[in-house]
Amino acid sequence: MVTIKELPKEEYLLKGHAACAGCGTAISLRLLFKALGNKIVLVVPACCTTVIQGPYPYTSFVVPLQNILFESTAAAASGIVAALRQRNLKGITVVGWAGDGGTVDIGIQALSGAAERETDFIYICYDNEAYGNTGMQRSGATPYGAWTTTTPSGKRERKKDMPLIMAAHRIPYVATACPSYPIDLVNKLRKAKEIKGTKYIHILAPCPTGWRYDTSKTVELGRLAVQTGLWALFEIEYGKFKLNPPSDRLIDKTKRKPVKEYLTLQGRFRSLTEEDAERIQKWVDEDWDKYRKLASNSTSDFAPYGKI
Amino acid sequence: MAQMIIDTANHIAGYAAKAARVKVVAAYPITPQTTIVEKIAEFVESGKMDIEYIRVESEHSAMVACIGAAAAGVRTFTATSSHGLALMHEALHWASGSRLPIVMAVVNRAMGAPWSIWPDFSDSLSQRDTGWMQFYCADNQEVFDTIIQAYKLCEDERVFLPAMVCLEGFILSHTYMPVKIPEQKKVDDFLPPYKSGWILDINRPFSHSNLVSPEWYMEFRYMIQEAMENAKRLIPVIDKEYGETFGFEHGGLVERYKCEDADLILLTMGTMGSEAKIAVENLRKDGLKVGSARVRVFRPFPTEEIVKLAKEAQMFAAIDRHISFGMEGFLATEIKASLLNQKDPPLVAGFIAGLGGRDVTFDTIGKIAKKSLKWMHGGKVEKETEWVDLRE
Repeated sequence: MVTIKELPKEEYLLKGHAACAGCGTAISLRLLFKALGNKIVLVVPACCTTVIQGPYPYTSFVVPLQNILFESTAAAASGIVAALRQRNLKGITVVGWAGDGGTVDIGIQALSGAAERETDFIYICYDNEAYGNTGMQRSGATPYGAWTTTTPSGKRERKKDMPLIMAAHRIPYVATACPSYPIDLVNKLRKAKEIKGTKYIHILAPCPTGWRYDTSKTVELGRLAVQTGLWALFEIEYGKFKLNPPSDRLIDKTKRKPVKEYLTLQGRFRSLTEEDAERIQKWVDEDWDKYRKLASNSTSDFAPYGKI
Repeated sequence: MAQMIIDTANHIAGYAAKAARVKVVAAYPITPQTTIVEKIAEFVESGKMDIEYIRVESEHSAMVACIGAAAAGVRTFTATSSHGLALMHEALHWASGSRLPIVMAVVNRAMGAPWSIWPDFSDSLSQRDTGWMQFYCADNQEVFDTIIQAYKLCEDERVFLPAMVCLEGFILSHTYMPVKIPEQKKVDDFLPPYKSGWILDINRPFSHSNLVSPEWYMEFRYMIQEAMENAKRLIPVIDKEYGETFGFEHGGLVERYKCEDADLILLTMGTMGSEAKIAVENLRKDGLKVGSARVRVFRPFPTEEIVKLAKEAQMFAAIDRHISFGMEGFLATEIKASLLNQKDPPLVAGFIAGLGGRDVTFDTIGKIAKKSLKWMHGGKVEKETEWVDLRE
């Protein structure tokens, strides 16, 4: 377990990157590099990070980066992992870094395939809950009620539960995170690095541009997402589900802040009705019944099958 | 020791991947390509190939995994057909744009709808503009030899582009023929270890294929065009060197047969070239001066070779196992385009034949030749594109 003071001083995300002010993804990238160092190969599909890295002939990253097609992060990573193994190059971590559209929608097939093949890599979904790079269109990860440019009156369907979909692949490590809890994120990345097999980390990355809030409030928004219970911090290690602080204290409903505190800070939820907000609150409470059950199970439906 | 075996072209493609010492194979099954990936699986499981074999969940992922592996510094191979190739389309552009020397066997099969599992060139020719080099084979030996040659070409620093080695489904893919598999050491001498223009390297980090502004994009495209021109010069050289080493040459860009004194030249691709040779023999017995030119490489297109042939003949018959709907077959189009600025070019007639696996025999080609000769004597192509053996 690392403390904030023990984080490396090296910056592998350089100044002059092209992220929006207050970008939750940029904070996450900075932490990714601090956690894993520079012995990584990064695979990035079409997403905000295509822009953040900067245009040719520049780059704001100090790691080798393979830009690749939208739906194929995990497939490219599979090829890189295979080649590194053939070349007998050890100690290099292959990291897929994709947005929510590139993960839960167009990239889910390649990701599912790579997980089923037990590909040894870390896949990270940084989730700003819409197609941000193209100007905020709804994705499978957009939550109920959120305005996007393709759901101008609010999305009518719920967010796809990608972490548990990945857990159902029985991979050795699944975790959720948020850059508002940097130590938790760094610990999860470092743990993932030490585990062999497919590791999936889903980061909720607040997006002032798309969520319509003041750029100074990114960390606060992330905290509220967690404190209201809308985003639970957990990890599933070899099938064992565990809530991480501060989410581990939120099984008790009275400890969770009302979801309205989170929703009202964001312009994307402006047209939400009172009824919508109540509906969302009810779903959060139901989700926590699920987390409570998962946390109390000694055996798990998510345990890796293991070698036969 | 070289070894003579009798096997199908698909299995031979597997032997070629093994002889080329590929390190990563990523592939997905599709008829009629499947027996290639099965042969490779057999080699892997029996310990004859020490590779990473990624059994991906789609052709799109197959190509992207090859891109990742080639970028991370190893020789890669894959194979597909028809709809599998179409699904790869986006990734084909990414492979050539990334200048990665990937070699892929394409077992030609017609495109649906309606479903067809039988051959024509509509799958690979639809990928004409993806920046991949395209070879078309006429027999099983040529499949083996071309795969080895293709790696040598793709990994030449003047080229650094991917290549498809195309073979017609069933006609070649499932047909047994004797093939000479050369001694491994000789292949190793001919084909040195993997070389690419760049590599993902933690000691020399950079962002590959990131956003390129209009100030730079055209130059990247121009470099691909230059590489294609270089390839056009290198293909006959590599084919000749291969011939001197292994005893088999395949005509470089265009395999000519009795073109020197020909009035009419039959232009074909793939196995139609073998049938065309028999047709030429038969027609010559009747005193008709006919030759055959099999276009072995479609990209880069051998424009200069076509121009040279044009000086020898009065009439060209371009036989396409392909149709670009609303126009004609691509072979006819490219030949006409090659001749446009030449003085007194021959007449060019286009024939569409063998779509969806319909047989194109020497008899079919004989009929095409006779019709072409009639038009030649009349001084006029009466029909720009003739569909051969079409039901009334």
